[in-house]
Amino acid sequence: MTNALLDQTLAAAKAENRAALIGYLPAGFPTVAGAAQAVQALIDGGADVVEIGLPHSDPVLDGATIQTADDIALRGGVRTKDVLETIRTVTAANPTVPVLCMTYWNPVDRYGQARFAADLAAAGGAGCILPDLPVEEADEWLAAAAEQGLATVFVVAPSSRDERLAVITAKGTGFVYAAAVMGVTGTRAQVGDMAEDLVARTRATTELPVCVGLGVSNAVQAAEVAAFADGVIVGSAFVQRILDASSPEAGYAAVRELTAELAQGVRKR
Amino acid sequence: MSDVTSVPDARGYFGAYGGRFIPEALVAAVEQVADEYEKAKADPAFAAELNTLLKDYTGRPSPLTDVHRFSAEAGGARILLKREDLNHTGSHKINNVLGQALLTRRMGKTRLIAETGAGQHGVATATAAALFGMDCTIYMGEVDTQRQALNVARMRMLGAEVVPVKSGSRTLKDAINEAFRDWVANVDSTHYLFGTVAGPHPFPMMVRDFHRVIGQEARAQVLDRTGKLPDAVVACVGGGSNAMGVFYDFIPDAGVRLIGIEAAGEGVETPKHAATLTKGDPGVLHGSRTYVLQDEDGQTIESHSISAGLDYPGVGPEHAFLKDSGRAEYRPCTDADAMEALRLLSRTEGIIPAIESSHALAGALKLGRELGPDAVILVNLSGRGDKDMHTAAQYFGLLDDSAADAAGGAK
Repeated sequence: MTNALLDQTLAAAKAENRAALIGYLPAGFPTVAGAAQAVQALIDGGADVVEIGLPHSDPVLDGATIQTADDIALRGGVRTKDVLETIRTVTAANPTVPVLCMTYWNPVDRYGQARFAADLAAAGGAGCILPDLPVEEADEWLAAAAEQGLATVFVVAPSSRDERLAVITAKGTGFVYAAAVMGVTGTRAQVGDMAEDLVARTRATTELPVCVGLGVSNAVQAAEVAAFADGVIVGSAFVQRILDASSPEAGYAAVRELTAELAQGVRKR
Repeated sequence: MSDVTSVPDARGYFGAYGGRFIPEALVAAVEQVADEYEKAKADPAFAAELNTLLKDYTGRPSPLTDVHRFSAEAGGARILLKREDLNHTGSHKINNVLGQALLTRRMGKTRLIAETGAGQHGVATATAAALFGMDCTIYMGEVDTQRQALNVARMRMLGAEVVPVKSGSRTLKDAINEAFRDWVANVDSTHYLFGTVAGPHPFPMMVRDFHRVIGQEARAQVLDRTGKLPDAVVACVGGGSNAMGVFYDFIPDAGVRLIGIEAAGEGVETPKHAATLTKGDPGVLHGSRTYVLQDEDGQTIESHSISAGLDYPGVGPEHAFLKDSGRAEYRPCTDADAMEALRLLSRTEGIIPAIESSHALAGALKLGRELGPDAVILVNLSGRGDKDMHTAAQYFGLLDDSAADAAGGAK
């Protein structure tokens, strides 16, 4: 079972012979009330798909930028119900934009897998990205997500061997998240050479779109990745724009501007 | 009881606990550790080399010490200390470190990273890196680098890089997060020498196996000394490595109570404690399902203990299993009771224990009074207290004003 809106959106980008642009921002950032506006700036700037992060106390896969945003969100009192509310606000205003929740596993486990799937679907969410839930531990979640029409996006890494890629892509839906480098989130001067090889090896196992994240922060990099991937995922660069801004409004404007540049980038393959 | 000792299963589960909740980028590396460990277990040369190191480098077997004057304060129960404090580097941590360092060499990796709370695991890892000629980076919460400054100096003396971790609670939990981030980025060259019986499978099993020598020796020593098994085995539990090590070979001995002592900080009725098994709920932290101090939303709650080594909001999954199965009991001990036990052992026996181990001593004092003078209680004295003299000096006011100023600054 998958999510029709997500599948259609990625297929539409492919039909335009371009990569999709997928933007990430955490809920609760810069404030609980302001997060939906920040995500709206991504959409207004031209993101095809958005990921809304569920801030976590122990973000072991995130670099300093997203750690800082998660800290701000948690100190601001963000709760799981606020994350779902932000998703609801965004999907209500943008019914044609697929919204995924990206979250570490323990908050979902604590909330209850079936309950989380139901509440995410009720909020209009298209699915989940679960970076620390390996496929071997995912059966209960996959069943709950399928029942609610949610996609489950798994992450693959340059270290994933071919036989394992096949196992992962057989269970995933929506798209495959290919990590461009071995490392945590954050902007990088260069997107790794390993990404193209990983995308090719992943494609050999699945018809799912393969989208690349980790390290992409500008239009030139987005175009590079768009040359070989179905989608380009950007997160830390948006967070950094908001952190650097003199006011929340200036931050949203900066996010909108960067998204527009990246949207140009993914069209130059 | 064979069902208790045969755990974990092939997926790394101890009953409902354990497993492998890790990012895809680490799956290949963790599988490599698991495969190499299985090969090493089947290789007599591996065991021979490890045993030689444990004997000639670490100084095993560690002694068993009768503490008569201390026992008098414990209702007269006979207390026997397993002296892991006398190991090279000053704690039990070296047992696991030497095993994993040998494994690292077998895997062809050249760099060790580790987290440390009290600094004992970091010192042991830095020691093994020096011995094997490997690069070494130790992640330590900034709060802990201050309260365990002596161990920071020891690690740097041994050639390790020590990185103070400034994120989150700036203690052990955050040091582990940072070590995982390093490992994801450098996994080709680097082994994460995990220091406790937590983390993804196979670490809880493997670290326990490397510490199992504590209980194997102690069981034979107690039998030899007293002609019978002890009534109880007591150990402190943060992540739980020294406790699993001393408990494991006693698990089939149904008459031997296994009692883990958790850090209650300022009291389990306050928010400032690290009593994960007493007050936590099942969840996922640092790669395995176990008890976690967490809020309603599954966010980890910051722990508190005067002891850096027990200041951790998770616990090894096998302890979670032993708790639920009823085979082991877990009790809390406050900072104040632990510090009093530290002073008592120092004054009555001339042995200065680590603050971590002092929690076990405080637990034994209480248990002895419950069990009475016929009882024999084995306590794992997991580490020595040299590293804690700064904290103890401040706590007990041991230094003159000028010396206290010179010592300065730390918590």
